[in-house]
Amino acid sequence: MSSDGFISIRNVGKSFGSFRAIESISMDIQQGEFFSLLGASGCGKTTLLRMLAGFETPSQGEIFIDGQPMSDVPPFERPVNMVFQNYAIFPHLNVRDNIAYGLRKQRLPKAKRNAMVDEMLDLVQLAGYGDRKADELSGGQRQRVALARALILKPKVLLLDEPLGALDKQLREQMQLELRRLQRSVGITFVFVTHDQEEALTLSDRIAVMQGGDVLQVDTPNALYEQPRTRDVASFIGTMNFLDGRVLSRVNGHTKLDIDAVGEIDIPTPHPAIVEGDRLSLAIRPEKIVLHRAAPDGPAMQGNLEMTSYLGERSHFHIRVPGCVEPMAVSAQNADLGEIRALEEGAPVWLSWHDDALIVLDGK
Amino acid sequence: MADVQMSSAPSARSQRPSGLRSMLYKSETARGYLLLSPALLVMVVGMLIPFTILIAMSFWTRDGFDFDTTMSMANYQTAMDVPIYNAFLARSFWISGITTVATVLLCYPMAYYVAFHVHRNKMLWIILMTLPFWTSYLLRVFSWKVILGYEGVINSGLLGLGLIDAPLEFLLYSQTAVIITLAHAWAAFAILPMYVSLEKIDRSLLEAAADLGDGPARRFFRITLPLSIPGVISATFLIFIPTTGDYITPALVGGPNSPMIGNLIQLQFGAVNNWPMGAALSVILTLWIAAVGLVFLFVTRKSQESVV
Repeated sequence: MSSDGFISIRNVGKSFGSFRAIESISMDIQQGEFFSLLGASGCGKTTLLRMLAGFETPSQGEIFIDGQPMSDVPPFERPVNMVFQNYAIFPHLNVRDNIAYGLRKQRLPKAKRNAMVDEMLDLVQLAGYGDRKADELSGGQRQRVALARALILKPKVLLLDEPLGALDKQLREQMQLELRRLQRSVGITFVFVTHDQEEALTLSDRIAVMQGGDVLQVDTPNALYEQPRTRDVASFIGTMNFLDGRVLSRVNGHTKLDIDAVGEIDIPTPHPAIVEGDRLSLAIRPEKIVLHRAAPDGPAMQGNLEMTSYLGERSHFHIRVPGCVEPMAVSAQNADLGEIRALEEGAPVWLSWHDDALIVLDGK
Repeated sequence: MADVQMSSAPSARSQRPSGLRSMLYKSETARGYLLLSPALLVMVVGMLIPFTILIAMSFWTRDGFDFDTTMSMANYQTAMDVPIYNAFLARSFWISGITTVATVLLCYPMAYYVAFHVHRNKMLWIILMTLPFWTSYLLRVFSWKVILGYEGVINSGLLGLGLIDAPLEFLLYSQTAVIITLAHAWAAFAILPMYVSLEKIDRSLLEAAADLGDGPARRFFRITLPLSIPGVISATFLIFIPTTGDYITPALVGGPNSPMIGNLIQLQFGAVNNWPMGAALSVILTLWIAAVGLVFLFVTRKSQESVV
């Protein structure tokens, strides 16, 4: 079976005993892509990464890398390299020897090897640290050594298992930028495992959102945020408000909905799968909701201001709407707020939105 | 200001603990010595004092059934001049060297197996491996006599199978027998430290090595072995030092060419009744073991640095 992507995952599943870590997954990763596997711990993202590296064998299905089936290729012969979560720097070797570790197979002349190591030390900004031992390095430095050690082999794919998890916030943000820069400059396909959605959104070309051993959605960060397909994806990435409703009719690409707590509205997006009479879920981002002190024209919800959080540049509001279980979250730039800023808690407010702000989700 | 000091002085005094307690409270070093003191006491009474006496005695000489306590180097001179002493010393190092190498080589795979391939009940395996240690040393030596003897388990077994026509005579009362018995007797001392250092190795390091292109053999020689060297060194010392001075095993299962320096020292303190000579030989043995140990440490340190 030929493959579509540079990395092609075909019906791959993994069981540990009676526990199914990964259901049947299929997806394609393109060459040169920064691809993230995003999910909470236990969602199977690390298992999938370890199957790409060859440390776990799929119970079913096949992984192709650059067109080659990988099931019979042991880890030490795969065209991939990995940056481990704890970096796995060899403690008995110094930085240079750690970075040169994988070059041994290539039997290069010593001068050539040294030049390659120097080049790598420069690339990861560790020039001058070559003679240090692993225990003389900080977390960020160890991470760079792990990166250099993998990149020096010019793998077709670099696998990264939560490489930024152990770093403090400031260093993590700095390393995110560096990772992106590095990935652009070396042009290697990165597969990046993280549970941090912000990190995934910042870094990735595309993200696979995983849950319970399944892939929920594979999309660009923008599409995942703006057009999540299911309620799980919508609630996993960013903050989201949900509304339930029923389909009244579909006419000329317009759909008439009866939304609980709102009433009848007309939306332009014709969702292909919805049928008259179906119940459905709608989602709307907090920043797409507009607050009013008086009832606006068009569809709106009325509620009471429950809580305000002032964050400097913007404010977050929780608004209790009769008929909705959760309070509606609203986020707005303080510069745009005007008279709303002066509202006291408990005051009545109206919520409105643009038609295209409503996302129709799959499922009920 | 003066009033404040006056009024606070009594309460401060009542809170201050007695001299010793305050010293212990303040000084971490003092607390350390207090914790060490039982061991320190045993070391001083059981090691330092006897060893000082031993060293002093080694400079005395025998005078009939008494000692001449004037200091002299006579014993050391004898030990250097009379070839048999050096021969016994060399033989001791030879036998205990072979024993050490054999034990470490045989026990490393066992320690490796438990550390890497046993996933449940590791402790049970370790206990089983150290089981021989639950019986007395003498009993173990005697059981090897039964196994290795002329009509022992091995010979009768091989005869019964028709593999040999006459019992193998080199098995018992030989250096082979001494080495086999010592290696078995000290196996637990080799397994435990090597197991600990193998168990400590972070498994992700081995995955990283695999990821960087090393197959199983390469991984072993580039990662596992160098990282388990501390355990190998401990095992080596734990076996080499006591076996060099051993005298029970060569006396019981050894042959004409297996008495070791320990037997000679025992003779000096026993039948020969030349305690000063025995003391001098003990000191020489201690110095030699220390010297060999230091050289060994130096060499392993150097070779570890050159591992890439």
